[in-house]
Amino acid sequence: MKGMTVIVKTISSWVKVLIILFGIYIILFGHLTPGGGFAGGVILASSYVMLMLAFGREFVQKDLPLSLDSKLDCLGAVAFAMIAVLGYVFGKSFFDNFLSQFGRHLRLISSGTIPLSNIAIGLKVGASLFLVIFILSTFRRDSSDDKQE
Amino acid sequence: MNIMFYVLLLFILIAAVIAVETKNLLSSVICIGAIGFGVSIMFLFLRAPDIAITQIVVEVLGLIILIRATISRDLTFISGDKEFFGTVVSVVIIFMIFLVGIRVFDTIPEFGQPTFAQAHNPASETYIEDGLEKTGAANIIASIILDFRAYDTLGEATVLFTSIIGATVILRRKSRKALGELE
Repeated sequence: MKGMTVIVKTISSWVKVLIILFGIYIILFGHLTPGGGFAGGVILASSYVMLMLAFGREFVQKDLPLSLDSKLDCLGAVAFAMIAVLGYVFGKSFFDNFLSQFGRHLRLISSGTIPLSNIAIGLKVGASLFLVIFILSTFRRDSSDDKQE
Repeated sequence: MNIMFYVLLLFILIAAVIAVETKNLLSSVICIGAIGFGVSIMFLFLRAPDIAITQIVVEVLGLIILIRATISRDLTFISGDKEFFGTVVSVVIIFMIFLVGIRVFDTIPEFGQPTFAQAHNPASETYIEDGLEKTGAANIIASIILDFRAYDTLGEATVLFTSIIGATVILRRKSRKALGELE
């Protein structure tokens, strides 16, 4: 899988910035506008899937190796669990929103732990969905190699 | 708005029937994509933009995976005739589901007035009235899934994490034991 034609490569290298920016916007403004961690994470993952389809798997693996990807996945999961535990430490209960009075309403920095949880979930969902798609494509190629031999 | 709703519903039903009945695997996948986009437009008309965004994004990603998986297969045509007994059994089961479905439609609450909101002192009113004050989030959906009902989200994240670990372990290129033997 060497990638597609020059037209597809050029356009996808322009568009990838916009898609990644849109995903980050969806994650960061999840507590003010529709969207949130899950949708934004899937958008981030789909931008890398587009790069994988256009440039081939080796290009993406140079940019985002599998080990880094699984580390990001674990980092997001641990961060989300840590936010929950911090609610227990600083607040009253597990998942207590101990920062809820920090910042002003309807601003970007507001509503306490909700944006932090959105960021953690976005990281986790994006990394894990890209990981599973990458692994599925690798598996398919390996099994077809076995058939040829 | 109601007419639009029923037109979309009809579109989704027709696409679903085509997706089941067609012999070509690729056109079946494309019909599944049409179902997903119809559902996302439906969510938009039902004023649920959060779910519409998630639906359309997951649909695009799933469609890409399915097309990549089907387009390179040699055997994209499904063949074989249905047996008489199986057809009779499925028709009888569908008829019984239809009979029960009519009873269910009678007991369904009015559109736009869920049963949860009619109970005494419902939880949804607390979310809507106190959501901004208690959590500070302007998006009520975010305040519910990440503050009031954060345990659900933790469970979802755990399910996703576990399934990804399982997929990674099963689809790994070489097992750890084989790697050790190579060294």
